[in-house]
Amino acid sequence: MKRTPLYQVHETLNAKFTEFGGWEMPLQYSSIVKEHLAVRSTVGLFDLSHMGEFEVHGQGANELVQKLSTNDVGRLTDGRVLYTLFCNETGGLVDDLLIYRHADNHYMLVVNAANIKKDFAWVETHNDTGAEIKDVSGNTALIALQGPKAIDILNPFVPERDVSEISFFRFVVDEVAGIPTTISRTGYTGETGFELYVNANRAEGLWNALYPIVIEADGQPVGLGARDTLRLEAGLRLYGVDMNDDTNPYEVGLSKFVKSKGRQFIGKGALLTQKKKGIAKQMIGFQMLDRAVARTGYAVYQEGEHIGSVTSGAPSPSLKCSIGFALVTSQTISEDDKIDIEIRSRMHPAKIVKVPFI
Amino acid sequence: MILQELKYNESHEWARQEGDIVTIGISDYAQSEIQDIVYVELPEVGTELTQKTEFGVIESVKAAFDLYAPVSGEVIEVNESLLDAPEQVNESPYDDGWFLKIRITNPDELNELLDADSYQAHIEAEHA
Repeated sequence: MKRTPLYQVHETLNAKFTEFGGWEMPLQYSSIVKEHLAVRSTVGLFDLSHMGEFEVHGQGANELVQKLSTNDVGRLTDGRVLYTLFCNETGGLVDDLLIYRHADNHYMLVVNAANIKKDFAWVETHNDTGAEIKDVSGNTALIALQGPKAIDILNPFVPERDVSEISFFRFVVDEVAGIPTTISRTGYTGETGFELYVNANRAEGLWNALYPIVIEADGQPVGLGARDTLRLEAGLRLYGVDMNDDTNPYEVGLSKFVKSKGRQFIGKGALLTQKKKGIAKQMIGFQMLDRAVARTGYAVYQEGEHIGSVTSGAPSPSLKCSIGFALVTSQTISEDDKIDIEIRSRMHPAKIVKVPFI
Repeated sequence: MILQELKYNESHEWARQEGDIVTIGISDYAQSEIQDIVYVELPEVGTELTQKTEFGVIESVKAAFDLYAPVSGEVIEVNESLLDAPEQVNESPYDDGWFLKIRITNPDELNELLDADSYQAHIEAEHA
C-alpha cells in the first residue's frame, strides 16, 4: 500500500488506518462523530495527499482539457477552479475532478486517488494537441483546512494577504508559513475552507504549523471516516461508490456540469443521444425513518416494487439519523415520498429528501 | 478494562452468570474499537440462541458488526433502552449497555469461554 508524506505524523497521532484506493490512509484519530462535528462547528485538518495531480502545459493545453471535460473550461480565467467530469465515448464517467487554470497554457487537474493511473492514461491517449502532461501526484501533498474557523486560522500564516478575499472556487499561489503553497478555496465538506497544495517534502512543515492552532481552536485532525460523512451530508457524490464507468452524469444528478452548447468533448454524442432517449435512472437522497442504517448495495423498494439500490449510506452525525443516495429506475418519485430499504432481510422505512441533506 | 468476574467470547461478547440466567454484552475493548455506536439490532424475547452463532448486529458510523452468542439459551429480556440510546454501549459496556438476558440450556458452555486473563491475552494476540 502507498503512504502519504504525512504517514509518520498520523502514526504519532495514533490514527486508525484504512485502505483506500491503494493507499494506507487515516480512517480516524479520535472518533468519526467527534471529527465530523469539529468540522461543522470549528475546524478540521485533513491529509488528502493521496489525491492525484496532473500538470498540463503548453500551446495545446487549453484544447486538450476542453476536449476531455464535460464542463466548459472556457469559462475559467486565471486563478479559477472548475468542477468537471471526464466521460468516455459511451457517456460513462471516467472520473470527476477539479481543473485549475494558472494560465491559458497551464492547468492543474486534481483527480481521485484510485483513478490516477486510469486518468493519466486517458489524458495521454487523447493528447493529440501537443500539450505536455505530467503526473506530479508523487511530489504533491494536499492538506485541507475546513470549517467555520478556517479563514481565521489560515490568515496569520499568509501575511501578505487576507485569505477571506479568495472567493469560492478560486485559488492563489502564495506562501503559507513560509512554504510555497497553492491556496484553493475549495473542499469536500460543505463548509468554508481551503485546500492547500504543497511540495511533498514541505507537507510535514505545513501540517506542523497548522496543527497546534487547529487544536487550540477546538478543531481536530480528520480522517477519511468523517470525510465520507461530511461529503454525504453536503450532497457530494463519491466516484467509485455513487458513480463509475457505467453511469452517466444525468443519472447521478450531475447534468449541470455538462455544457454541450457550442463545444465538443469526448462523450458528447452519446450523452445527447441518451438525453433524447430519456434517462432511465435517477439519483435520489433519502433519510431513514427508523434508526437502521442503509449502506452501499442495499435494495430499495417503492410500494413493493424493487426500484434500485443504495450507493452511499451512513448515519449523519449532524442530523442524528441515517441518510444516503440511491440510484433508482422509478420516474414517479419525488420529495417526501416513502420508500423501503431492505436491511438484513427486513424492510425499513425511509423518505425522499432534498440534497444537500444539511 | 476487562472485568475479572465475566466470561468472554473470542468475538468480544461477555457473559455474566447468575444461576441459570446469563446477561450478554460486548467488552470495553470491543466498544472502543467499534466506536460511535448508533444502532443495535437485537432478537425478540423468546428467541432461542445457539452458542457461537449470530444473534444481532451493532452499527457504528463506519460499519455493521455481527454479534455472536457466548452461550445457548432462550432470550428472556432485551435491553429496550438501547433502541433509543445505543450510545450506552460505548459509555457503559458492562452495565447500562447490556444487550440480553437469556436462560441457559447448557451451563457447561460457560466453561468453553475465555476467563479475564485469557481474554486479555487474546486481545493482545489480535493486536500483535
